Amino acid sequence: METIFIGISDLGFLIGVTLLYASPLIFTALGGVVTESTGVVNIGLEGMMTLGAFTAAAVAYYTADPWLGFLAGGLAGGLLSLLHVLSTVKFGADHIISGIAINFIGPGLALFISRLVFNGATQTLTVPNKIPKIFDGVFPSKSFFDLVFKQDATVYLALILVVVVWFVLYRTTLGLRLRSAGEHPLAAETLGLSVAQLKTIGVVSSGVLAGWGGAAMSIAVVARFSPGLISGHGFIALAAMIFGKWTPQGTLGACLFFGLAKGLEVYLGTRFPIPSTILAMIPYILTLLVLIGFVGKARPPAADGRPFIKERSV
Amino acid sequence: MSKLPPLVVTGLSLVAGLLVGAIALLLSGYNPLEAYATLTVGTLAAARDWSFVIIRSTPLILTGLSVAFAFRTGLFNIGAEGQFIMGALGAALVGVLVPMPAILHIPLTMLVGVLFGALWGGLSGVLKARWGINEVISTIMLNWIALYLNNSVVMLDGFRREHSEASNKILDTARLDFLGAWKTSPEGLAFRQDFPLLDDILRTPANFGIVIAILAVILIGFVLEKTVMGYRLKAVGFNKEAAAFSGISVAKSTITAMVVAGALAGLAGALQVQGVSREVARLAAMEGMGFDGIAVALIGFSQPWGVFGAALMYGSLKHGGPKLQPALGIPMEIIQIIMGSVIFFLSLPGIWQYLVLYWRKWRGNHIHRHQ
Repeated sequence: METIFIGISDLGFLIGVTLLYASPLIFTALGGVVTESTGVVNIGLEGMMTLGAFTAAAVAYYTADPWLGFLAGGLAGGLLSLLHVLSTVKFGADHIISGIAINFIGPGLALFISRLVFNGATQTLTVPNKIPKIFDGVFPSKSFFDLVFKQDATVYLALILVVVVWFVLYRTTLGLRLRSAGEHPLAAETLGLSVAQLKTIGVVSSGVLAGWGGAAMSIAVVARFSPGLISGHGFIALAAMIFGKWTPQGTLGACLFFGLAKGLEVYLGTRFPIPSTILAMIPYILTLLVLIGFVGKARPPAADGRPFIKERSV
Repeated sequence: MSKLPPLVVTGLSLVAGLLVGAIALLLSGYNPLEAYATLTVGTLAAARDWSFVIIRSTPLILTGLSVAFAFRTGLFNIGAEGQFIMGALGAALVGVLVPMPAILHIPLTMLVGVLFGALWGGLSGVLKARWGINEVISTIMLNWIALYLNNSVVMLDGFRREHSEASNKILDTARLDFLGAWKTSPEGLAFRQDFPLLDDILRTPANFGIVIAILAVILIGFVLEKTVMGYRLKAVGFNKEAAAFSGISVAKSTITAMVVAGALAGLAGALQVQGVSREVARLAAMEGMGFDGIAVALIGFSQPWGVFGAALMYGSLKHGGPKLQPALGIPMEIIQIIMGSVIFFLSLPGIWQYLVLYWRKWRGNHIHRHQ
């Protein structure tokens, strides 16, 4: 019988794959953290991610510049998030319903435009240049360090953004204000802050981040957009955010856990004759099991999901 | 100022959604009037189209009802998708593997589908009631587990149709389509030649699913409005603390609600297999029946008959949409954009109140000036 021995290169492979799969989730889930810290639930992350993924791939295809594609992906997510701003911040709409609407509009727009631009096809052509890899050729090929550190630039960017979001939220005045809009909007308003403005910042940031998450998927993990590419990743990012207790660092942990489960799926699949469909269930079953054994209840921001309408003296 | 009735809000949102669709079409160089004319004709022109609209609406009525029922009890069932997959799988297993007379086979196949869906929904209910796991997360996870479970089971020897990525067809005794095997028999084909209208309908997988879906609408309406169980579930949905204080078990209600929601989505899956597909296939991605159910529930204001109407509307768009591509070269995703916009406008009830108020004020001034 084959022994289950994990060598150092296997470990490297596992860590590498974990980071690869976690990165699109990290971007998007960070978006979830930012928007919910200002009290706006954004279930539309999925739609923003999909539109971002398409836009990034389309722009990267036509300009041959992956970074331009990446920026465009963020821009597309940000623009779509303006709808969510309009409904939740301006009109006090139900956040969930507005988010569901965006999950129809985002992918709808992506496929609609794709058919117009790519001759009726719902998938883009392969981009000529993917997001470059960092530490490419620095370490001997297939060595531990090569497997771990040779990653898409977006992987490093995602990790840096975790620190940035954490710093902004917990160490700056802006962060304190953003969180006050999510914890106690009335108090924030009383102190002369514009809750609407703070929430707008939160929602639009989440759109940009989700767009980047989509871009990290379409032009870094793979090299094109196709209709099934995102299917559900935005929702998993949402789950990772809740799993990570609404904090950037917790969310990072949850995304890495997801990446690891995905990595295990790939790793076991190459070593043992287990049907891939069984292995594919692992991340989701593990998540449920971990949640069952999860000690300590997670708490969302106090005013999360509640429409805030400023009293007007008319 | 009095609130606008739901039906008016839905009507206004629909018009606004179609307007957004028209703008999108104009911007991409198409004629929206031509598009909407094609859509209408393509949906209503022939008996075949009416039949297809009903076939496409049937699963949406039930997944919509599933989501709506959970909504009314304060739960968000994103899992109708997975419950649908499980229902279809359960029905297909019994339909393919367990031969028995039709009088037993049809109801039993359906029942197993319902049970599979109820189990899948109930699992989320238990996870929430026992461990406090948010049903949004657990249903998302269970959707994926259902999808991969389906893909594993479909490929098992004995169930899988050889050289294909689908199961064997269900036995004729489990089928729910009108005149099942007869319609393709020599006598049936001969008979159909003399009745073009019947022939037109029988060309589609017309089936009894719609009757069962309507019965479900009536039953759920009854449960919600006329039974103690419905009252308790709604009380929990309305105010959990108050319900608990008055002696209603929130945990039990949560599980019950998710079991019922799951059963409805499972029934949708079973009917789809028994009436339309007659098989389950390997799924590359989510089919969207559950997600479309969320849209239907929202547009139908989570009222059983509202859900019914919304499902028929969405079913017509889903049938008519794909006809836009060959006729006019318009991507059928315009339907998704229109649906999303309708839901978006529905999320903004405030905007209509505001507009009505504004209009009344304007009219008031206007009349005043003329006096």
